[in-house]
Amino acid sequence: MIRKLIVALLIWFSFLLQTTVFKGLSFAGIVPNLLIIVIASFGFMRGEEAGIWIGFFSGLLCDVFFGEVIGFYALIYMCIGFVNGKFNRIFYPEDIKLPIALITISDLSYGMICYILLFLLRGKFDFLFYFKNIIFPETVYTILITCLYYPMILFINERLEKREKRSSKKFGLVR
Amino acid sequence: MSPVVRRKGERFTLPSKYLLFILTCVCVVLMIVSLGTDLFNKPLNATVSYVVVPFQQGISKAGTWLANRSEELVQIRELLQENEALKEQIAELTVENTQLLQEKTELNRYRELYKLDMQYDSYTKVGAKIISRDAGNWYSTFIIDKGTDDGLLLDMNVIAGGGLVGRITSIGPNWAKVTSIIDDNSNVSAKTLATSDLMIVSGDLASMSEGVIRFSQLIDSQDAVAEADKVVTSHISDKYLPDILIGYIYSVEKDSNNLTKSGYLVPAVDFEHLEDVLVILERKETT
Repeated sequence: MIRKLIVALLIWFSFLLQTTVFKGLSFAGIVPNLLIIVIASFGFMRGEEAGIWIGFFSGLLCDVFFGEVIGFYALIYMCIGFVNGKFNRIFYPEDIKLPIALITISDLSYGMICYILLFLLRGKFDFLFYFKNIIFPETVYTILITCLYYPMILFINERLEKREKRSSKKFGLVR
Repeated sequence: MSPVVRRKGERFTLPSKYLLFILTCVCVVLMIVSLGTDLFNKPLNATVSYVVVPFQQGISKAGTWLANRSEELVQIRELLQENEALKEQIAELTVENTQLLQEKTELNRYRELYKLDMQYDSYTKVGAKIISRDAGNWYSTFIIDKGTDDGLLLDMNVIAGGGLVGRITSIGPNWAKVTSIIDDNSNVSAKTLATSDLMIVSGDLASMSEGVIRFSQLIDSQDAVAEADKVVTSHISDKYLPDILIGYIYSVEKDSNNLTKSGYLVPAVDFEHLEDVLVILERKETT
């Protein structure tokens, strides 16, 4: 229960930061994608199911505010969470390379999917322009922010896990 | 054996690929439903207006305050210099002003004579603050801090600094989403003020960084449209009120079909530094 509450707070906090504070700190109008960081990290830290749910709900939040239809970003973010969950087996908290690589790939593929579904299908074929001006800068900025944001998420998750282990020992449940 | 296993004493769990499949179906249904109707808009918009919008308002207020303070410190020196220059200018301007006042009374007389009705001034407007911008980098939409509680409605036009900004495309009790005319999805029917030639002004992500927006389908058989001509919203647009300034023509070129022309125009509004906007409390349908 506490985990759900804290994760919900984290999503909410990231969304607020992304839409207000980072819009003020944007370089050339580009904003880092904090939600991708949260979704991907919980995906590979907690597994597929967590990735799916967190992706779904943060996508829904984006949809309500900025989507043309409801469910579009939810679907994209959910799939990203799911794929990141696949890497749960080779994830170790001490390792920073895998998270960085996964978040990079997640953000790049998010940009690609957005381009293909929202722009390519409307006949905007200048892929290089969009890659150079939107997708790539966003990814670079996101990685920079990841270096600060990811340790925080990791810390929160470890505290939660410690807490859960304690309470499950108390009740004699070993998962 | 079915993959949805339930052992004794264990909580019911669903394999994640099934969960993904189910939620994908949910998303697709949501998309289809929200594409055709606005069934979910009311409850969802009302929810976020309590959970998210008040905080966005708070943060943006604090942010503007901080930005203003830091700017003040930087600007003090500049201001002192500027002050000197401005004093000189005041002297010049007072002379000019008296001249202009005379001309103004003249103009007013002419206006009355010709019964020129300045419609643009007669719209009732309400000011609003931008509290957050699009979460991604693909579209140019933003959220303002007024909603249905302040008398705003869907499709109301939004202006700033005398030019068209966009229109309200989604609304909640205390917030509204404004899709700007530079948004890649937006198309506005427009005309040139001088010659009343119709055209379509469409936002374009690719040309946004250069500070211009595209227009197309301009039929101008007399070659009368030139650079720096004023472009305003047309009377045939079904969402935008007529005669609101959009911008100035930057370049015109003939299309390959030799019938229509297209090119770029410079918007009258500085979209990059937009903070306050005015919402016109009048909709095209009702007028």
